[in-house]
Amino acid sequence: MAYDEVLSRFDPVLGLEVHVELNTNTKMFCGCRNEFGGEPNTQVCPTCLGLPGSLPVLNAVAVESAMRIGLALNCEIAEWCRFARKNYFYPDMPKNFQTSQYDEPIAFDGYLDLELDDGEIVRVGIERAHMEEDTGKSLHVGGATGRIHGAEHSLLDYNRAGVPLIEIVTKTIEGTGARAPEVARAYVTALRDLLRALGVSDVRMDQGSLRCDANVSLKPLGRKEFGTRTETKNVNSLRSVERAVRYEMTRQGAVLAGGGEIVQETRHFQEADGSTSAGRRKETSEDYRYFPEPDLVPIAPSREWVEKLRGTLPEMPWERRKRIQADWSLSDAEFRDLVNAGAVELVASTVDAGASSAEARSWWVSYLTQQANNREVELAELPITPAQVARVISLVAEGKLTNKLARSVVDGVLAGEGEPDEVVDKRGLAVVSDDGALTAAVDEALAANPDIAEKIRGGKVAAAGKIVGDVMKATKGQADAKRVRELVIERCTV
Amino acid sequence: MTDLTRLTAAELAEKIRTKETSAVEVTQSHLDRINQVDSAVHAFLHIDTEGALGAARAVDDGIASGQPPASPLAGVPLALKDVLTTKGVPTTCGSKMLEGWVPPYDATVTARLRAAGVVILGKTNMDEFAMGSSTENSAYGPSRNPWDTDRIPGGSGGGSSTALAAFEAPLAIGTDTGGSIRQPGAVTGTVGVKPTYGGVSRYGLVAFSSSLDQAGPCARTVLDAALLHEVIGGHDPLDSTSIDAPVPPVVAAAREGASGDLTGVKIGVVTEFSGDGYQPGVLRSFEAAVETLRGMGAAIVEVSCPNFTYALPAYYLINPSECSSNLARFDAMRYGLRVDDDGTRSAEEVMAATREAGFGAEVKRRIMLGTYALSAGYYDAFYGQAQKVRTLITRDFDAAFGKVDVLVSPTTPTTAFKIGERVDDPMAMYLADLCTIPANLSGTPALSVPSGLSDEDGLPVGLQVMAPALQDQRMYRVAAAFEASQDGLVIDRVGELEVA
Repeated sequence: MAYDEVLSRFDPVLGLEVHVELNTNTKMFCGCRNEFGGEPNTQVCPTCLGLPGSLPVLNAVAVESAMRIGLALNCEIAEWCRFARKNYFYPDMPKNFQTSQYDEPIAFDGYLDLELDDGEIVRVGIERAHMEEDTGKSLHVGGATGRIHGAEHSLLDYNRAGVPLIEIVTKTIEGTGARAPEVARAYVTALRDLLRALGVSDVRMDQGSLRCDANVSLKPLGRKEFGTRTETKNVNSLRSVERAVRYEMTRQGAVLAGGGEIVQETRHFQEADGSTSAGRRKETSEDYRYFPEPDLVPIAPSREWVEKLRGTLPEMPWERRKRIQADWSLSDAEFRDLVNAGAVELVASTVDAGASSAEARSWWVSYLTQQANNREVELAELPITPAQVARVISLVAEGKLTNKLARSVVDGVLAGEGEPDEVVDKRGLAVVSDDGALTAAVDEALAANPDIAEKIRGGKVAAAGKIVGDVMKATKGQADAKRVRELVIERCTV
Repeated sequence: MTDLTRLTAAELAEKIRTKETSAVEVTQSHLDRINQVDSAVHAFLHIDTEGALGAARAVDDGIASGQPPASPLAGVPLALKDVLTTKGVPTTCGSKMLEGWVPPYDATVTARLRAAGVVILGKTNMDEFAMGSSTENSAYGPSRNPWDTDRIPGGSGGGSSTALAAFEAPLAIGTDTGGSIRQPGAVTGTVGVKPTYGGVSRYGLVAFSSSLDQAGPCARTVLDAALLHEVIGGHDPLDSTSIDAPVPPVVAAAREGASGDLTGVKIGVVTEFSGDGYQPGVLRSFEAAVETLRGMGAAIVEVSCPNFTYALPAYYLINPSECSSNLARFDAMRYGLRVDDDGTRSAEEVMAATREAGFGAEVKRRIMLGTYALSAGYYDAFYGQAQKVRTLITRDFDAAFGKVDVLVSPTTPTTAFKIGERVDDPMAMYLADLCTIPANLSGTPALSVPSGLSDEDGLPVGLQVMAPALQDQRMYRVAAAFEASQDGLVIDRVGELEVA
């Protein structure tokens, strides 16, 4: 069904659940390292393996991170809350229950304001943010789908078991109409930027440290009751969030328009074609038999602690953007371009490293954006740091590089040839600033073009252009053209 | 020559310290005793001869080199309930599910025993995962009461009480979720203590019902129990429910009580714990004990704790609920038993088959009860309601301790029953814990001290003394006074075992 047609008949309703892995040094309930990518089952102990007799001890830093996230999302912080056990069997869950929060989350009832591409602000309500532990990872070998069904055997890695997670759940998002997919992407983007500013997570969707589940349903225009929803799991990039919501809207629209019913189920997002496919059915909603975790004591954060944490909140990304826009004297449109290019923080860091905002902006939104597009990566994923860009800018300002040479230096950095100064040396890219060598080249060019030399001597300075061009050619562009012109005139007036 | 196995832990420690004997000699004499009689009583599931002798040798070496003893119990042998993990030594919890499992880590209690120079002889038998009152639920066969080997030695810690009563060890560790230390103590004529919840670390105690489980000392005298209590007690950062406070001064209280003077002590008799279902001989022994306490200067008052009547039903909702969750981890994936994994079955099928094969009937009964009680739609009526009863019971205790220093009752309604007598009647089995359960629900400390023999069957009877939270020393004082008033230890009247 065409997207417009869906919207002519239905209102989309969204609910987004985001899981964030915290970047604490250790796991949620034990002293094991919390690090991505270790050899399987090397970051484990009796507690995170759920061995008989083991007990959890709560990571205080994780609680602080949870409260800071809650505060940054304008939530209330619970005066008293507990963990609960969520009981279900799965091989990658060592205890066959997940220690999580249930009806007593640490943070609840907040909101996040998002800016869409055209500058419109949308407020998304936050239902709750609660703490829980991550599960291990299963690798299903030998099946067609990589899922447990049809696999020959499965491998289990418990390094991730017990990694601290915060689950952030939105209130239902209604009334966004055609912009629902964009709102979903903008929400996850804003949340990612916020979490990055807080410094509580690596927020790498590709590594699973930020994971989004998108609940989507449609209700016929003018109706009050929500339709049956589906939950699309583990959508692993910002772009995928938008695609998944859009796909579900059109899929559900087609089903409903054809007189069918939406099945309440989990769906899997297919990165390759942007579709979703049916997963576990949820019609008999699973009974997790929650009850308060008896191995942990309740958490009762004092109001002093909460206020102290509120004081540690960094400048929020949207506040920072406002300030930066003013500092750099940009129009709303110019700034939005910068935002949409994903360049704000990169430019800001480049400025922090000593560059002017105009130069930094120019590099990131033009040449580097082109390079990112060529490589089909996000700007931030280019293998060049703001500090390196700032260094290139300063080499140009010092007259050691021309703009053309500077681009070559950047190419070298992107190609992994090292720091800008190393690339200059390795590629022999320094501006020829030795006046002796330049003078010789100028004399040579003048001797080869006696007519022009005569004209210059006669006062026709404009004729110097040809000589400058020849010198630049002779020095393979590594001379400073301005200096060459000065020398040409000097040699013709002696 | 003195039979070392007949001495108390305090006496043994003193003789080792003064080199009158050695830890190795003491350990060897207990290992010999185990070899000689354990076939008749089956107290042990695993005997760690090498580990025990090695630990004893280390104590002797320390003494020889003039080092001060690691603790007042250095060199004394102990029998450890098989529900506490021991690095490198099998831990089965009395279940087929964990047959052959060798933990990679020590429980905090185990670690503290080792650090104190206490010699761990081996692991004692128990009802599977501590569910039961007789050890008949052990997957490895029941232990037998040294007073009458046709009778049960109590449970779940029947292996530990048997080891004490059969003079296989002077000290033992038990765990008490609803009475599993006190009831075995009562029916074997030994001392069993459930400390204040949080007073002894649960780290490495294989969880049955987390909010009720508490490890504690078992011995043949009150002083020995107190000495052991101070070795294993105290705050442990690895257990979030562990209390960050000093261990109550229980040894000093036991010594003070031994003077036999209870002047100024107010003792409450719980009126709810008598009447129907109580063996007359048990009640007569209890009444005589109360008179003895009065004779030592204690003021005796009757105290009503009306909500104690609901303790048993509340317990049998909370305990199975927590149990159903705690025992979910036994799924064949990471350790322990795995059956039917022939390459054609799914993980889920292997899990189900393993749990079917590995758990005994009582464990399955509790898992099913708990799963039901926690289910959506039943939670409020069962688990939620039971938690409210728990609060009411705690209030009953608070009110009682506003009037008296300690409460007393029979430890268990009957003396040791016959093996097989109650196996088909879970309700009858559950009634064995009628008097002990309230202290678990409120987290308050309680102990059982022998109060003599029942006049109708000649079997031991236990006197339960209960104290307010963190006031464990009060019950030690009263129990030590009572013990001192008796004509020798009850356990010294046990007959010699007949070994086939």
